[in-house]
Amino acid sequence: MNKLLIPALLAALIVGCSSTPLPDETSGAPVESRSGSTTNTNVAPVVAGGVDANGLPRELTDPKSTLAKRSIYFDLDKYEVKDEYKDLVAAHAKYLVAHRDFKVLLQGNTDERGSREYNLSLGQKRSDAVKRSLTLLGAREEQIESVSLGEEKPKNAGHDESAWSENRRADILYKAADGRGEF
Amino acid sequence: MHRITRRCFLVFGLLAAGLAQAQLSIEITGAGANRIPVAIADFLGDPTASRVVTATVRSDLERSGLFKLVETSGAALDENSPINHGDWKSKGADALASGSLGRSPDGRMEARFRLYDTQKAVALGGAAYITSNEQLRIAGHRIADYIYEKLTGEKGVFSTRIAYVVKTRGQFLLQIADADGQGAATALTSIEPIISPVWSPDGSKLAYVSFEKKKPVIYVHSLASGQRRIVANFKGSNSAPAWSPDGRRLAVVLSKDGNSQLYAVNADGSGLQRLAQSGGIDTEPRFAPDGASIYFTSDRGGSPQIYRIGANGGDAQRVTFEGSYNVSPRPSPDGKSLAFIARREGRFQLAVMDLASRQVQVLTDSHKDESPSFAPNSRMILIATEVGGRGVLSAVSSDGRIKQRLSVAAGDVREPAWGPFYH
Repeated sequence: MNKLLIPALLAALIVGCSSTPLPDETSGAPVESRSGSTTNTNVAPVVAGGVDANGLPRELTDPKSTLAKRSIYFDLDKYEVKDEYKDLVAAHAKYLVAHRDFKVLLQGNTDERGSREYNLSLGQKRSDAVKRSLTLLGAREEQIESVSLGEEKPKNAGHDESAWSENRRADILYKAADGRGEF
Repeated sequence: MHRITRRCFLVFGLLAAGLAQAQLSIEITGAGANRIPVAIADFLGDPTASRVVTATVRSDLERSGLFKLVETSGAALDENSPINHGDWKSKGADALASGSLGRSPDGRMEARFRLYDTQKAVALGGAAYITSNEQLRIAGHRIADYIYEKLTGEKGVFSTRIAYVVKTRGQFLLQIADADGQGAATALTSIEPIISPVWSPDGSKLAYVSFEKKKPVIYVHSLASGQRRIVANFKGSNSAPAWSPDGRRLAVVLSKDGNSQLYAVNADGSGLQRLAQSGGIDTEPRFAPDGASIYFTSDRGGSPQIYRIGANGGDAQRVTFEGSYNVSPRPSPDGKSLAFIARREGRFQLAVMDLASRQVQVLTDSHKDESPSFAPNSRMILIATEVGGRGVLSAVSSDGRIKQRLSVAAGDVREPAWGPFYH
């Protein structure tokens, strides 16, 4: 949310500046058509607003965009991508096919029960499953790194099934060609 | 004497690098059946220094669960005082230690002591340790180790150190403390998790997994200098480091070729070699103390179980059969037993297998035991567990009789690693 808020505020600020009353010497005179210089200053913020704080295109970060959905949830002791996430994975694959200079980091996660290192390996199975789906749909091996955070970075710090189900997850992080992004 | 001096500098360097923000406190629950009654007289000489040293010796011996302290009623004796063995025998003491604290010629403190067998009315030996005023407790630990070894026939571990991770206020601290939890120093602070610390056999370095690069990467960290080196940062996850007994190689787990699989690398990150190949998960490698084989966790048979392979690979033999979840194998330094975590009815508990008889004994009744680590004398096992929703460390004797708990007031403690004997 914050990542989106900052460029939006910046945009509002710049737009605001451009509408500041003009200096006195011109204010009384009829405005000449100077090939729309004031409208031009309004264009710049749109460009600024299209790139979020991580330097990623808006379509990856706009909450209204499918590609802003980056989490794929798994059932207990399961390591395959569920049918309900097939469309989401396909959308990300399509983006990676269309943007060969973009990369993704897939982070697998588990709930807190059991050995930390064994859970790290189980989280790896989840990120590997997402990687397989993406490559089958045309994303290239070199665009994807699948890793695991095991049980170390829970999204929900609770100790019951509803917390654990939020933590059995793989997240997709993007990086643009210029090296800017989420990892 | 030279050795203790060197160690003092090392600990001092650690303290300078980052003072403890979270001090461990210790609590003992349970004791051995036949405790040796021993009297530690008040040492003579510098009164403040004597109090520190005798208090350290007494609490070390008592905490081990193997000794019963005999009341000394304020008796103050130095290492040359004549001993009335009959008196001490009648007070119930099988052994007595006396000593003194003085200045060494270079201005540091010198702790001298002598140990007596009151039954046989003979001196068992004595020693002198030179240390700085700030590190008097280390002299106490060395004296306690001497007494422990003379009276039990095994080496003591009071002078050893432990490493562990504290999670507090959104930060992860990799800390080093004396085996009694005192003198904690922070070796690494990170906003990302740190797991799986393991001591190099010479006690100078830790290998561990840090997530500071948004993925698990294996580092080797020299404690005295604070210098860190990346040992494994291949594409994918890099985790579960384990030192070979000679300190030259590390067994590691990499996912670069697909599933989590076992590899070995030199301690500088060169010389990568694959150790095993399976269709499932292979992880948590640990070298047997003779360096000839490696124990590890694998789900190749359908559920996570412990297996063993040769140190250079070869066929794997399954080691655990009981239950559907046996993980985190840790062979004891004496090679006689294997500690691991077993899931029984949904509870994760510390278990020990006698490697000769293959008999398994569950040592705790807790529900969330993790990451066992043997003391270098094989007598105690340090684990992470949970009490009242908080992560604490617990030291359990290999027979399950003695239990000590180490906790931090304002945080979770986890991932313990017991260091080697002081070299």
